[in-house]
Amino acid sequence: MPSNTNTRPDQQHYVAPIEETPLVAIDSVKTDGKPSNLWIDAWHDVRKRPMFWISSALILLVIVVALAPGLFTQVPPNNDCQLANSNGGPAGGHPLGYTKQGCDIYSRIIHGTSTSLSVGIIVTVLVAVLGIVFGSFAGFYGGWIDAVLSRLGDIFFSIPYILAAVVIMSVFSQYASVWVISLAIGIFAWPATARVLRAEILRVKNADFVMAATALGVSRFRILLRHVLPNSIAPVIVITTISLASAIVAEATLSFLGVGLPSSTMSWGNDISAAQTDLRSAPQVLILPSIALSVTVLSFIMLGEVIRDALDPKARAER
Amino acid sequence: MKIKRIGVAAIALAAAGALTLSGCTAGTPSSTEGASSSAVITTNGSEPQNPLIPTNTNETGGSKITESIFAGLVYYDAKGAPHNDVAESIETDDSQTYTIKIRDGLKFTNGEPVDANSFVDAWNYGAALDNAQLNSYFFEGIEGFSYDENVAELPGLKVVDDTTFTVKLTQPESDFPLRLGYTAFKPLPASAFDDLAAFGENPVGNGPYMLDGEGAWKHNEKIDLVVNPDYDGPLKPVNGGLSIVFYATQEASYADLQGGNVDVLDQIPTGALASYESEFEGRSVNQAFAGIQTFTVPSRLPHFSDEEGKLRLAALSKAINREEITDVIFEGTRSPAHDFTAPVIDGYSEDIKGADVLEFDADAAKDLWAQADAISPWSGTFQIGYNADGGHGPWVDAVANQLKNNLGIDASGAPYPTFAEFRTAITDRTIQTAFRTGWQADYPALYNFLGPIYGTGAGSNDGDYSNPEVDSLLDEGLSETDLDAANEKFQQVQEILFEDLPAIPLWYYNVNGAWSESVDNVEYGWNSVPLYYQITKSE
Amino acid sequence: MAGYIVRRVLQAIPVLLGTTFLIYFMVFAMPGDPIVALFGDKTPPPQVIEQLRARYHFDQPFIVQYFIFLGNIFRGDLGVAFSGQPVSEILGATFPVTLRLAALAVFFEMVAGISVGLISGLRKGGIFDASALVMSLILISLPIFVVAFVAQFIFGIQLAWFRTTVGSGAPIQDLILPAIVLATISFAQISRLTRASVIDTEGQDFVRTAASKGLPRTRIVPVHILRNSLIPVVTYLAVDFGTLMVGATVTEGIFNVPGVGRTLYQAIIRGEGPTVVAFVTIMVLIYLVVNLLVDLLYAVLDPRIRYAK
Repeated sequence: MPSNTNTRPDQQHYVAPIEETPLVAIDSVKTDGKPSNLWIDAWHDVRKRPMFWISSALILLVIVVALAPGLFTQVPPNNDCQLANSNGGPAGGHPLGYTKQGCDIYSRIIHGTSTSLSVGIIVTVLVAVLGIVFGSFAGFYGGWIDAVLSRLGDIFFSIPYILAAVVIMSVFSQYASVWVISLAIGIFAWPATARVLRAEILRVKNADFVMAATALGVSRFRILLRHVLPNSIAPVIVITTISLASAIVAEATLSFLGVGLPSSTMSWGNDISAAQTDLRSAPQVLILPSIALSVTVLSFIMLGEVIRDALDPKARAER
Repeated sequence: MKIKRIGVAAIALAAAGALTLSGCTAGTPSSTEGASSSAVITTNGSEPQNPLIPTNTNETGGSKITESIFAGLVYYDAKGAPHNDVAESIETDDSQTYTIKIRDGLKFTNGEPVDANSFVDAWNYGAALDNAQLNSYFFEGIEGFSYDENVAELPGLKVVDDTTFTVKLTQPESDFPLRLGYTAFKPLPASAFDDLAAFGENPVGNGPYMLDGEGAWKHNEKIDLVVNPDYDGPLKPVNGGLSIVFYATQEASYADLQGGNVDVLDQIPTGALASYESEFEGRSVNQAFAGIQTFTVPSRLPHFSDEEGKLRLAALSKAINREEITDVIFEGTRSPAHDFTAPVIDGYSEDIKGADVLEFDADAAKDLWAQADAISPWSGTFQIGYNADGGHGPWVDAVANQLKNNLGIDASGAPYPTFAEFRTAITDRTIQTAFRTGWQADYPALYNFLGPIYGTGAGSNDGDYSNPEVDSLLDEGLSETDLDAANEKFQQVQEILFEDLPAIPLWYYNVNGAWSESVDNVEYGWNSVPLYYQITKSE
Repeated sequence: MAGYIVRRVLQAIPVLLGTTFLIYFMVFAMPGDPIVALFGDKTPPPQVIEQLRARYHFDQPFIVQYFIFLGNIFRGDLGVAFSGQPVSEILGATFPVTLRLAALAVFFEMVAGISVGLISGLRKGGIFDASALVMSLILISLPIFVVAFVAQFIFGIQLAWFRTTVGSGAPIQDLILPAIVLATISFAQISRLTRASVIDTEGQDFVRTAASKGLPRTRIVPVHILRNSLIPVVTYLAVDFGTLMVGATVTEGIFNVPGVGRTLYQAIIRGEGPTVVAFVTIMVLIYLVVNLLVDLLYAVLDPRIRYAK
């Protein structure tokens, strides 16, 4: 577009055309554009990072293994277990060797992915959802809502999870056991997340930007959702990404105590627990599924780290 | 967490002498017979489940203590043979009425005399329905016993004088004197009945050891026993006492042996089974005792009755490679079974007719299974129920895998989270799968492995097996006064059992134990418990 | 402030009622008859079972059992375990032990977790940060029983630095190793939380202000950064203290600690309702007190947080 503000001959003082001043940036508000959005900003930030792509690729791989184990191994994990191969080393077609029962370790790890990943994800989602809802409402609204929600958390937290696991596993024994064990682990773990989030919100809700938003007449719930929660979520991300690992490992501990998944269900936790007796004579049987567990957890922790970083506007401003 | 049923099990320990010799190392003074020291032996145990009253003590944790602080009429030696302790004589003409004389002048540690009433009152208490004692069924055979009404004083028990009493049974039972070494038959002082709850906490006995004062039982931690100076029976201790430490896990007790905090163990955790014999070379034991592991397929399950059931049971039995499982899963600490009893029992034989059904033969197994399929085709999964809190998972999985591989069927374990749930499902007959069973003898006799399990309507007949031929042979055997003649009848019972397979024998239990360098003369006795009284310890 | 505390104490009453009811119901709902289990692998005569069921009120409907229990509690009678020991005595013997163990474990994870997290956060992306992540990963990927067995083998048996299991009376020096093992469970959480919080706080205006005022790092880090990063960490430590009071079953078993976890596990497995409920009741109380203290501590750590409404 050609300029139409030419310098007039009678002009005493030179005034730069508005296009040549930085003021244009102030005046030219894009009214039709989308408002800046924390989540979109985060996405723009996150996709520039290699860490994001590496961890996403790993997680994708784990998910593919979980959904289609047949792509990765032809060896049936639970058939043809021969005691003659007990704790044996790698052999043709069995790259990682054998378990105590003489089953193929590689195949069991591949086929156990789905169970372990499901337990991890279901528990994490359960803990995150319950923890965020209870924690944010309790912290933000305070008063009797805080009292009710927090004390409810106290009750759940005081119940020994072994008792809960025994009861839940027994009562629901005829249903899908992955869901049941996830429920048993998750339903008593959320109060930790809720309390940490509540504490963080107690701190954040007094910040200036919250008062500004209140002064502008933004609704309370909107303030919680748009301003308080994003600024308090960092510890929750840290805890939930780690709780993914804790959940998978908790399943192993429950197996160790005899209230876990039946041994016919393949899972890393089950295999780790079963290999524990031969920890000293055949450590590889325990270490191999533990490595699978570590890699999975590492990728989730890395992803959590990237997201947490991206969600933190202050940390971003520094770069 | 593992509930171990205790009983009067006998163990022949052939290697004991050799072990004692090689157990001595430089710096440890070699023990001489009868030399006594005042050092206290530390050993493993578990928190007693019940108050320490003999008629109410039926598990290893409690009976290890009651066996040490109470002396019974008879005791069993390392080979399981009964010898008199408190009894002077036990006599009968007809195997139905017994006259029992006890030694004169014996005392409880509080000074009360041990007399005929000490036994009769204790037994009456143990048998009475209102007292609901866990061991009440041991008095079943005594005349007048009833489960339907409370009998305060059994008419079958009569005090003749201070040191003599008689026992009349409802029918002849030739092995009755053999049973008298069991915990349930110990005497109680008269003062015990004033407040049995308090007595169960601080029991007063007449045995080789006694509690180290009031409150010696430190719950969940340990119990300290010292030598009873008044005891003058055959089990006189040559050490200064016993400190029984309660362990929640076998692993913890083994770590303590390795760390030098405990002297004698009678259990080895699964993880150490492969290595403990070399780690404690010359100071360990791995020897069969009177217990057997089996699994039961109730005939009420579809496909397991009549001719088809017999074929399938035989196929299952022949499809299991017992040798391989005991070698790999148990590291050789179990011995493949050859009958329904145990090798340490008098009258045991490996070559009973039909015992070849326990031999591994995959082809024959497949063939038998196919024959059964011809009667009615099999479908579904064969499952073996077990309690997951007792360490049974690995062998159940191994058996299931072998059935899968050798029969070409689907098979798996069916774990129950707790022992209570598992036993309840068996007791009320709601269990819809095969399930693990096992037996540890109450007293060293063939009958004890057969009558209570395979007799029609017997207490522990969890598979509801019933065969009139078996019942009459059992009765005939019991009324025989000659032990060999009786055992012959019992072996005929086993011949029938091999055809019917009401339970499938797997392997015999071994006692696995080890001890530290500072103790000597360690020998494991009946029920796998070490003979503590004869252990010496250097100071 | 005082009003707030009184309110919180009053809230304990419904919480206690709710918890005891829930627990009692769960023990009741546990399948399996604890009386049958008393007889081991042998099948008891039905008449004897009935007698024993009546003695422990197992023959009553659930709600009746619960009210019998509640009534006894108000009379100060917590009941008697199968072993004949009064439950109150069991509580008195086990809680001090577990309390010591939990306090020690929380202390270890606090010291290790906060210092590692602080350094990682201050030197984000550095070698220390990366190796701390790897180490915490290894620790959380191993179930507690593996960590415990390995630690017991190396430090108890091979090096003999500690007694292999906890001796009579559970002295502090015996509890150090199990406490370290317990601390490894939450080390990852604490250090990662501290790290995240430190990174967050470092970007805050008041830290920049302090730096531009010319304050030395030695003052900025502890006073401005650390103190303001502690809220989530302290919260988590309190939560963890609660967990350790309840859930040290495996570790207490392996190190033979005569504490709550081991005893409670036995009681659960044996179906001893009154014992389980009594334990959990005490646990709720401890948990309520700890949470109250933590809430009060928030106000100290961050003066903007106010409760007196």
